[in-house]
Amino acid sequence: MNQKPKAFLAGYRVLDLTDEKGQFCGKLLGDLGADVIKIEPPEGDAARNRGPFYKDMPDPEKSLHWFFTNLNKRSITLDIETADGRAIFEQLLQGADFVVESFAPGYMNQMGLGYEELERIKPSIILTSITPFGQKGPYAHFRTTDLVGVSMGGLVRLFGENDGPPVRFSAPQFYYLGSIHGAMGTMIAHYHRELTGEGQYVDVSCQQATVLANRISVETFDLLKINPRGAGPNTPVPRPTPPGPVSIPIVKKCRDGHVIAFIMGGSQAGFVKSSRALVEWANQEGMALELKDFEWEKMDGSTISQAEINTIHDIIDQFLLTRTKTELMTKAVEREILLIPVNTTRDLAESPQLSHRGFWKEIEHPELKDRLKYPTWPVQWTGMPPYQPQCRAPLVGEHNLEIYEEELGLSKDHLVMLKTQGVI
Amino acid sequence: MTKQVFEGIKVADFSWVGVGPQVGRELAEHGATVVRVESHKRPDTLRSASPFLDNSPGIDRSAFGTAYNTNKYGISLDLTTSRGKEVAGRLIQWADIVSDGFTPGSMAALGLSYDEAKTINPGIIYFSTCQMGQKGPLSRFGGYGEFGAAYSGFCHLLGWPERTPLPVVNAHTDFISPWYVVMTLIGALLYRRKTGEGMYLDQAQIEAGITFLGPQMLDYFANNRVAGRMGNHDPYWVPHSVYPCLGLDRWIAITVTNQQEWECLCRVMGSGLLENPKFTTLRSRKQYENELDEIIGRWSKDFLPHQLMTLLQNAGVPCGVVQTAEDLLNDPQLKERRHFRFLQHPVIGKHAYNAPAYHLSRTPNDIKKAGPCLGEDNAYVFSEILGYSDEEIEDMLIDGVITTDADVPDVLKGAK
Repeated sequence: MNQKPKAFLAGYRVLDLTDEKGQFCGKLLGDLGADVIKIEPPEGDAARNRGPFYKDMPDPEKSLHWFFTNLNKRSITLDIETADGRAIFEQLLQGADFVVESFAPGYMNQMGLGYEELERIKPSIILTSITPFGQKGPYAHFRTTDLVGVSMGGLVRLFGENDGPPVRFSAPQFYYLGSIHGAMGTMIAHYHRELTGEGQYVDVSCQQATVLANRISVETFDLLKINPRGAGPNTPVPRPTPPGPVSIPIVKKCRDGHVIAFIMGGSQAGFVKSSRALVEWANQEGMALELKDFEWEKMDGSTISQAEINTIHDIIDQFLLTRTKTELMTKAVEREILLIPVNTTRDLAESPQLSHRGFWKEIEHPELKDRLKYPTWPVQWTGMPPYQPQCRAPLVGEHNLEIYEEELGLSKDHLVMLKTQGVI
Repeated sequence: MTKQVFEGIKVADFSWVGVGPQVGRELAEHGATVVRVESHKRPDTLRSASPFLDNSPGIDRSAFGTAYNTNKYGISLDLTTSRGKEVAGRLIQWADIVSDGFTPGSMAALGLSYDEAKTINPGIIYFSTCQMGQKGPLSRFGGYGEFGAAYSGFCHLLGWPERTPLPVVNAHTDFISPWYVVMTLIGALLYRRKTGEGMYLDQAQIEAGITFLGPQMLDYFANNRVAGRMGNHDPYWVPHSVYPCLGLDRWIAITVTNQQEWECLCRVMGSGLLENPKFTTLRSRKQYENELDEIIGRWSKDFLPHQLMTLLQNAGVPCGVVQTAEDLLNDPQLKERRHFRFLQHPVIGKHAYNAPAYHLSRTPNDIKKAGPCLGEDNAYVFSEILGYSDEEIEDMLIDGVITTDADVPDVLKGAK
């Protein structure tokens, strides 16, 4: 038996050529213990200019977006378009196990760095390309942003007001989705390599990754010819006419914000039990007495009218308005009620559940003279030491000397020359 | 067909609803043998959720019930009987991976906890996935994906600042969590190869969700700023929204991220927009953002969405149709990627499934079997995999250990 590994990818190296589209993929591989080397253009990665910034100071070394998606990486600067830069990249490739890139489709091939070329240099290499739509096809060269991507992936259509426009999450998801599917494909390729020694090419589409997050919308159209769309703070229940669709209010106001609650009945035992438990609690507090003997199991989702639904909900809403998110959550766990707070980022920072699990890990940022909290890997394991971040996101070219001089053996004179020529 | 990556890997899939089954699916589509354990007495919630064939309920009629279970073998087993537990034990002995997607404590109550599984099969890799994780003050909370998405911050970030937040109807965390489990499982399989040791994995789905809000969390920790809803606007870019198009409820997303793209948009739109002093600088465009949105909307509404997308993309403006489910099914790019696969299901007939977002050049996926009907593969699994004799199987049927349609609670029976 070999010595026990300290992390899943300990001893493996990733060359990370990505911009904002694929940076989260390298971050995930770094989380799993890989040595990730972020290769930035000599002027620094453009995503360093993305906000928000630490203390709102717009500085390429203070982008919080960049901090997060480049955690657990080292940074070198290199212009791979120059002959010298390319020679150095090939040298680095000898010691690498993975290459991750997110250039426009065809760029790597044009540079002579397509999979076939990389495989010739390092036969076991895994090359992962993360692009909005994949390497080939009619939309492969479309320009995207998060909003464009999640729209094309169908997600935006699922959210919105009843008769208003559709809407996205006010937090970018498109490239995160592409990147995590990229990391998963990369891990599957890695498993194959461990068994056979063979590398391969992983071609990822962020659009497909987004479609996979649509839950059941395409299947709904496929079977019922209905296009699901947002229905305000309600869950739409698509029904053919008659009786036609209804919607069930699920986002509800409470004393200090909002909660989500499933107040339903019918065939699902869980719904009946939960609705009854909520009403019982309200009754004990002298409220919602009208619903004291309501027969939840007789509520029939296929025939109930919107007016009936609204009447029931209005009664319960009055009760919820008298309680805070924390009170409601505590009782929901105690009484098995299907209800949960709509958390803000502050609520998350203060969540007793997350602290109990040790979800937040503090990382030192020496140049800021500060420590920042980061989320941990969201799966805990036994046998190996628990997840621990290796290092904060790197400064531009922070590890040039470490890699170029100490590891590749380039002389200081040579490095000065490369710097002067804008190669590093 | 070349050998598939996970050929020889065996999974005893006790999970249900969204997250756990998608983990097993990902492995099954790459060659693992996955046996899904269900019971007619308490069928997977998704089997009684829309969409049903002909909109008529029934435990084998929902495409929600099949979606996450391609390439799996389905058996029906009552785990609350002692014989059922014995069968489960044999399955665990056979397996490399056990999956648990219940509320914490449920598997232990059935005598199928990790510790018990490890006694049966010392090298077992066992994962549990639930909303809150196995331990902690809220661990007992059992709920659906919408709940996890609300707890992990997505609901608060969906909608318009002055209005009620919108429910996360896609149950967003359900489509983040599984991928973390798959990656960790691969790590665990390789760890076992090196050390001979199994592993227990404990996932909190709310945590998986929060990792997709990293910058917003850092903005709170570093700047004490609580992220809020912005509709379709962006803090840094303008214009940035969805605009109406020709047709019923049709929309296009148009975004401009720099001066060049702004000029491209203005050239396509014409009508003096570029010269309008209100919109000369980024700052002024942000100041008059709503007015600008109205101007663009008045212009966009005369175009068909896909036609306008082609026009603006050709001009260099990042834009995309707000695609409906129907659009996705017809999307030429998704066709090029072979994203939707149509598989024959014994009851539903030929219907659509999603393929993985990554193409592996040497070990491609092979998606061949529709999600099983409840108990569809009893014969194969009980005799070929678990080695029970015909007599034993018959006894188990008579004793109700192997459940059948007759065991379905009346309220769930629906159409036949």
